Amino acid sequence: MTTKKRTGAEAIIDTMQQQEIEYIFGVPGGNAIPLFDALVDSPIKFVLTRHEQGAIHMADGYARASGKTGVVFVTSGPGSTNVITGLFTANMDSVPLVVICGQQITANLGMDAFQEADISGISYPVVKHSYLIKNPNDIFRIMEEAFYLANSGRPGPVLVDIPKDVSSALVEPRPAGDLHLPGYHIPKEADMSALEHAASLLEQAARPVIIAGQGVIISGAEKQLLYLAEKLRIPVATTLLGKGGFPDHHELCLGMPGMHGTAYANKALDACDLVMAIGARWDDRIVGNKAKFCTRAKKIHIDIDASEIDKVIQADCSIIADAKPALEALNGILRRSNTTEWIKQIARLKKSFPLKYKKEGKLKAQYVIDEICRLSESRAIVTTDVGQHQMWAAQFCKTDLPRHWLSSGGAGTMGYGFPAAIGAQIARPDKTVIAIVGDGGFQMTLCEMATAFVQKLPVKVLLLNNNYLGMVRQWQSMFYDNRLSGVDLEGNPNFVKLAESYGWKGFRIKRSADVRRVLREALAYTQGPCLIDAEVEQHTNVFPMIPAGAGLCDMLLEAPKEKLEKPKGGT
Amino acid sequence: METVQNGTIKKHTLSLLVSNKPGVLIRISLVFARRGYNIDSLVVSPSQDPAFSVMNIVATGDSQTLDQILKQLNKLVDVLHARDRTGEDIIERELAIIKLRCTPEVRTDILQIARAFSCDVVDLSDKSVTFQISGKTEKLDTANKVFEPFGIMEMVRTGKLLMARGEEATA
Repeated sequence: MTTKKRTGAEAIIDTMQQQEIEYIFGVPGGNAIPLFDALVDSPIKFVLTRHEQGAIHMADGYARASGKTGVVFVTSGPGSTNVITGLFTANMDSVPLVVICGQQITANLGMDAFQEADISGISYPVVKHSYLIKNPNDIFRIMEEAFYLANSGRPGPVLVDIPKDVSSALVEPRPAGDLHLPGYHIPKEADMSALEHAASLLEQAARPVIIAGQGVIISGAEKQLLYLAEKLRIPVATTLLGKGGFPDHHELCLGMPGMHGTAYANKALDACDLVMAIGARWDDRIVGNKAKFCTRAKKIHIDIDASEIDKVIQADCSIIADAKPALEALNGILRRSNTTEWIKQIARLKKSFPLKYKKEGKLKAQYVIDEICRLSESRAIVTTDVGQHQMWAAQFCKTDLPRHWLSSGGAGTMGYGFPAAIGAQIARPDKTVIAIVGDGGFQMTLCEMATAFVQKLPVKVLLLNNNYLGMVRQWQSMFYDNRLSGVDLEGNPNFVKLAESYGWKGFRIKRSADVRRVLREALAYTQGPCLIDAEVEQHTNVFPMIPAGAGLCDMLLEAPKEKLEKPKGGT
Repeated sequence: METVQNGTIKKHTLSLLVSNKPGVLIRISLVFARRGYNIDSLVVSPSQDPAFSVMNIVATGDSQTLDQILKQLNKLVDVLHARDRTGEDIIERELAIIKLRCTPEVRTDILQIARAFSCDVVDLSDKSVTFQISGKTEKLDTANKVFEPFGIMEMVRTGKLLMARGEEATA
């Protein structure tokens, strides 16, 4: 580090370079000008977005695709409040971000000055931690802490609010490595007696199932999970965020469990005598009615976050540890088990209850997803938005590799998928990146089409366009006597022309017969971003479905003939 | 509306050691508020080390939720320890200042009761008397009940103060 005095903003950039940050996403503003001024002399590349929400979702997609920390620069007031949805999204899904917000000068804090928002206060419930820097000499330490907190333990977003006078002040040089976090503990080694207990439960189980969550991917424990599953012959269900932590094409893979999961995953869970969640938090989309969840099964829970243990499901055996060392230790002591009959039963379930959709008639969203996944040979990075298309993509996109499936899970943020794809493409220029979106969510952040064009990124937006907010329409149709309310997206633009006006290539699919030809053409197009507007059947519903708050055994495989009761669980 | 979980509703006594920084109290109270837990009393004071503060919290809610709250408190970067001390044999004290309506006719009665509770008179006027009383929460509750018929004009309580016995650290 240089011994010359640096401004606060330069100190921030210095820390970024130490952290080997390559990209920053954001939008400038008055109180962030010192930060942007310091950027001019730095090799870090800045991606100017059209909206702060786009910036933070891009940083999020960048982080999920690469495992590195995503960085955002925004200004004070509205610049900072515009990233709240993105912070919430990243916090729910354990994504490492450092978000730097410009702020009014310290003398103006609390004075209702222009563009002054108490952003650190606003952020508390949706971040891993947040800082307001008032003393310039704290900058080096706080920045180092921010990066450490964001990408250690259970990762999450960290917000740093920096008043303009602090970023402009001169700061004392400071040696790196002087963190002061006495209240922050990362679990080290897994408890040996808990591991032995887990091993004996696993060995004794006749019908075990593993639920693998995103913790497996964050920890880089895919190989250890594969070894364990193959050694003991245990089927593995991957959560929405855990997709790619275990290969979807593997014979032991059950796909996604839960509300719109595969019937065989849900039936397997309902019948199992042991369920082990690894880096997964018994999300309500999977568990449904707690009283009816895996009633005959012993439960093992491996999680790095102690506050997840017994939060939803009481564990018979809990291991508070990082997934990779925990699985390594477990693999070291596991001997054998006999699940032959169970694996045969699983194979029968898979055969009897496959994922399916009607191919005849109008163009089906599932068919388009099925084909793009096949044509890209499951090698592309797929991002999604939230809603029907997300669930169909989770069902029909087969993901074999970690960090190749990016979706907003816990927060369910519409508008996430497209900017996340931009971030993922920046992180992985070697990859085909496909954003599968609906016409509702895409329009929430489509202003970033300009960003993709300027950055010359060959992202592909597969727009499953049904002119509806489809998932809400599905609920209204199934549970509210089809009284459609606020779901008709009349006034949608001509998306192909819109794409062209942003300098993109636009494709359109209207008929099933055109799907393969157009998708091939779009996948081959690498000169820049492209959009495929697929005009899909409007009234298709997502199945299987477990109504919110119901049990796994209450799963609907297709649209029921009789009227359904309103679900008791949340949305 | 959130349904109450299996645990029973009761008062819990918690002891925390936290960083002495602005915003820490908000982060802590947000954890309670989000789970519908009401904070009955809260004492914050500097610890021997000025970098840290001690917090004693009494809060009402069901026990199972409290386990979760404790874990979430311990997860906060600014919280060093959060412990449930309910029902443990530790030193518990609370102090109250009580202002009573007190005419010369009832003064003797009031002072007699005050003596029984080892109250100190801190202020006296022709129509009022103000006591300081300290002890366990239960003692203060009883004194409150006995003084009530005379007319309590004002009362303020510190909330529960906790200290572990012997050499053990409290938080």
